Amino acid sequence: MTNTPLERRRMLSDPILRWDRMLEIRVLEDRIKDLFAEGLVHGTTHTCQGQEAISVAIAMSIRPSDHVCCTYRGHGTALALGLTVDSVLGEVMGRSIGVIGGVGGSMHLSEPSVGLLPTSAIVGAGIPIAVGAALSAQVLGEDRCAVSIFGDGASNIGAFHEGLNLAAIWKLPVVFICENNTYGEYSPINLTTPISDISIRATSYAMPAEIVDGQSVDAIAAAVSAAVVRARAGGGPTLIECKTYRYSGHSRADAGAYRPAGELDEWLKRDPVVLYEKQLIEASLLDVASAKEMRATVAKRIEDSIERVLASPLATVASMFQNVIGSQSK
Amino acid sequence: MKMRMRQAIAMALADELRSDPRVVVFGEDIAAAEGPFKTSEGLLDEFGPLRIRDTPISEMGFVGAAVGAAATGLRPVVEIMFIEFLGVALDQLVTEASKFRYLSGGSYNVPMVLRASVGSGLGFGSQHSQTLETWLYATPGLKLVVPSGARTAYGLLRAAIRDEDPVVVLEPRILYAEREDVVTGEDGIIPIGVGEILQSGNDVTVVALGQMVRTALAAAKDAHWNAEIIDLRSLIPWDRELVCESVSRTGRLVVVEESPFSGGWGTEIASYVAAECFDVLVAPVHRITCPDVPVPQPAHLEQKFLPSVDYVREQIGTLVRTNERPKPWWITEGYVS
Repeated sequence: MTNTPLERRRMLSDPILRWDRMLEIRVLEDRIKDLFAEGLVHGTTHTCQGQEAISVAIAMSIRPSDHVCCTYRGHGTALALGLTVDSVLGEVMGRSIGVIGGVGGSMHLSEPSVGLLPTSAIVGAGIPIAVGAALSAQVLGEDRCAVSIFGDGASNIGAFHEGLNLAAIWKLPVVFICENNTYGEYSPINLTTPISDISIRATSYAMPAEIVDGQSVDAIAAAVSAAVVRARAGGGPTLIECKTYRYSGHSRADAGAYRPAGELDEWLKRDPVVLYEKQLIEASLLDVASAKEMRATVAKRIEDSIERVLASPLATVASMFQNVIGSQSK
Repeated sequence: MKMRMRQAIAMALADELRSDPRVVVFGEDIAAAEGPFKTSEGLLDEFGPLRIRDTPISEMGFVGAAVGAAATGLRPVVEIMFIEFLGVALDQLVTEASKFRYLSGGSYNVPMVLRASVGSGLGFGSQHSQTLETWLYATPGLKLVVPSGARTAYGLLRAAIRDEDPVVVLEPRILYAEREDVVTGEDGIIPIGVGEILQSGNDVTVVALGQMVRTALAAAKDAHWNAEIIDLRSLIPWDRELVCESVSRTGRLVVVEESPFSGGWGTEIASYVAAECFDVLVAPVHRITCPDVPVPQPAHLEQKFLPSVDYVREQIGTLVRTNERPKPWWITEGYVS
């Protein structure tokens, strides 16, 4: 019995299931890396271990009818928004059970029932697109907002500046969320960006901005919720910068050898999955034994999914020819 | 009704804005100033600032916003003042808009229209006079149309706004002020992908686009050969059936292009027809183009750059008479070896 993306999304109202989702993202990302290493997957992938709190906090703070644009490092966002493990892994592995039938691969996920617009493999491209989704809400008078998720590297591309400017002058209901993991592909932020706080850039667009602990579900959720309330009330856009870290390299080909010794270990001490687990235990919402049990359950869930995906048919040749243009067109 | 092409464009926009509340129009100086070429005259007054908007000079931003807006319920029409300005926004059109349907398994589509003024003849110089169809040509998921006057500008734009996929409309700038009879209303809508035979003939099929259509018509007037003149109107997709059927009767194909010789849009037409109609061709397929140089600014050089009526008449005449390809002027006059 599998839940729909919408049902999975609604589960996030339960703190325990938020932690379950964070675990699910972590384990799936780890296993996707393994599957690539074993040669079972074609191409490349960009995993998000270390950034799970952001994905889950965003998903629990916005409505399924809100629009989300995110990047090629999007498995975590997709799972948090509600996409099923089978549909994400199926897409990564080129199977017809993939969320778009297997033609997209790791970087291209999309699911309208939970507001996920097609994820883009172009750094920064989703920023103006989210602005356009917010424009739709404004013009059509819909009670919706748009969320744009991107990395610190994207704040150096024109699309970031043009998108923020447009959103500010038109007072659009959009929340810009920067996952500042301190690396743009292989380069550390201090070599590519003259500031370490991306939020400073909001000043140029007369936009409120906030820096939050990107490892804390509650801190991020509070900031996103406040920004979303302001956006819906006609107060315009907000930039939220989540200070976080990418436990893996940029892509599967990158072991992250350029990282200074000890940096990863420091950030592992603030592992968002562990932090949230501790928080739940301290609040007596979870005990150590059931936490252990949940970890095993999630691991089993992912292994079962891998088995199903591996046994499922490859994307068909016919699917390659579908959805290029609308069927009504000549 | 006789009107200028710019008026036909404004009327097509107004008619679609009236009939569909999802249509919005934005671009640089298109609202309060009514467009640098006056193609949005009266729109702000009638439809208001929620739907008719001036943008900052940021093509990447507002073309991207059109993609997002189109995917989420609006039908945006954006204006790129000069096609060259699309360079900074190409990602949003070629890599985002045209891939959304594919990369969402058909869940999201992008019914947006991108209009741009194109072409030479007005002395705007090398960076404001190109047509650049071929920037977009090899892009599955995109449609591309080029009007040749007020009538087709009206009909193609309305079809483009109603289309479920991203459509680019390239408007020959030199034709904005030209008058033509226009069929307005539903009857005036011209389907995308369908060419039009403007003049029947049996000696040669002449395929033209944009401002070269009137050049081809003028060149064929009082000529000693009979040309079948086709206004292609749509470049993606182009009307293969119409062109091949015509060539099957005439046995000859000439493409008249406002593009460089190397890689111009006619290479696609010529290569397809050469292969598909091989058995019926009595002469090599021939392209009449501009030379492989940037568009020069002075009037006399710009006139030389663009295929003229006399040049087109002479080129077609030679092909029909000899069944051999005439050389282009830049070779016969010794500028290029």
